[in-house]
Amino acid sequence: MSAKMRTGQTAEIAGPTKANVIPQPKVASSMIKKAKRPLLVVGSNATNVKTNDGDLVDSSIRFLKTGVAVVATGHLVKTFRDRGAEVYSMQFMNLGDRLRDPGWAGFDGEGPYDLVLFVGTLYYMEWLVQSGLKNFAQDLRTISLDNMYQPNASWSMGSMPMKNWLTALDEILKELEEGK
Amino acid sequence: MSFLTKAASEAGMTDKYTIRVGRGAVTDVEIREVGRAIVFGEIPGVVALVGCANYPKGGDEVAQIAEEFLKRRFIVLTTGCSAMDIALTKDEDGQNLYEKYPGDFDAGGLVNIGSCVSNAHITGATIKIANIFAKRPLRANYEEIADYVYNRVGAVGIAWGAMSQKAASIASGCWRLGIPVIVGPHGSKYRRNLLGRADKEEDWMTLDARTGEEKYVGPAPEHLFYAAETLEEAMVMTAKLSMRPNDTSKGRAVKLSHYIDLHKTYYGTMPEDLHLYIRVEADLPFTMKEEILGVIKEKGWEEGKIGMLDPTLLERMVRRK
Repeated sequence: MSAKMRTGQTAEIAGPTKANVIPQPKVASSMIKKAKRPLLVVGSNATNVKTNDGDLVDSSIRFLKTGVAVVATGHLVKTFRDRGAEVYSMQFMNLGDRLRDPGWAGFDGEGPYDLVLFVGTLYYMEWLVQSGLKNFAQDLRTISLDNMYQPNASWSMGSMPMKNWLTALDEILKELEEGK
Repeated sequence: MSFLTKAASEAGMTDKYTIRVGRGAVTDVEIREVGRAIVFGEIPGVVALVGCANYPKGGDEVAQIAEEFLKRRFIVLTTGCSAMDIALTKDEDGQNLYEKYPGDFDAGGLVNIGSCVSNAHITGATIKIANIFAKRPLRANYEEIADYVYNRVGAVGIAWGAMSQKAASIASGCWRLGIPVIVGPHGSKYRRNLLGRADKEEDWMTLDARTGEEKYVGPAPEHLFYAAETLEEAMVMTAKLSMRPNDTSKGRAVKLSHYIDLHKTYYGTMPEDLHLYIRVEADLPFTMKEEILGVIKEKGWEEGKIGMLDPTLLERMVRRK
């Protein structure tokens, strides 16, 4: 995928443990399929990022249809509702705190999540939330699906040209939809 | 002179904006006039727009926040960069908020307190409320005053463009006095949030100063330092954080009606945590009573489960004999 471990912020050091770059879209879709309770976190920037199927909200609705729980941060839940999708809503920092808590039973009360995906968030906020999760929720796996390398995630798509990222995201979704 | 200064020199000379003068401390007389209405919740709250100019999407956002709460009859205080950016934002008639709203320290007033350092006058106003209305002595008595402000005074600080160490220290000056602070997304870089857990009932137990009984009062205010991602989220959260355990039913109803209205506008639905803020049926905003009752009863709401007491977190303030 020609992704690079180049971060989007200067003078920010993520520490010695850094995210692995996802080598192929298949790797990401396979991790999502294997997860028992995956959660997709969709940030408020999602409406500004155009994808092959519309924007990141539309892509997230496709994730929702494959059985991945979706939570919208900021006030994005209204956009989902306007497009006919019912998703969870929670403030981003609050959500980071809940994901860190092993006693939190999730939105549906059925237990903690084992894999958390991030997309459409503000880069620097995701950086901080994932830093908290990396250090204080070490059993939780995190994947950053945005097209900028997030060093604090367990796995990141890495920094890559927009065109390649759009293709990769589409491939992940197709894999999930086929294997539903 | 740099090229940039030279290039902007004409704009700098001709651009003129009107701003209300930074007026300094809120006087005892003004506090006496509105203190009771603030403490009992009849004025829904005091919103202080403070801090730096590192806004996520530009300075007009501060003016948007200010106008939203001015229309809702909150007292809006401004200082420093936020006060200036409100002056820079004009509507289609060429007027800014200082020209549209009065400068009184009263419901619907827009008060420029002064420079960024004048934020001490905002916290000072809440201290004066505790001193004037509850006769809490000022000397060596920070704990009692913070207890009073946290439980009774519906003030919320918003530092939408916070980025400096000074803004962080101002924010900490507010939250240690019991005033919740909302910062913009860049404020997350302070690496500190003081977030409450509304789902943990045991976190919200408060003493009744009349009897010493410990009772659940609901998550009001839920957070003390909070980084919001979007402007809309910040506005809804401001309305929510203005609620306090000591609100009268009338005051709580007014605050809830603003919270619900903002939530419906920006999130498209009723808030999901309403059952945590309604203590008795009298707390319900009159025009939405039936609609809200249906929602909260689905969540297992019971009248009287949330205490309406004389709240304090300090055991020594309990008056039982």
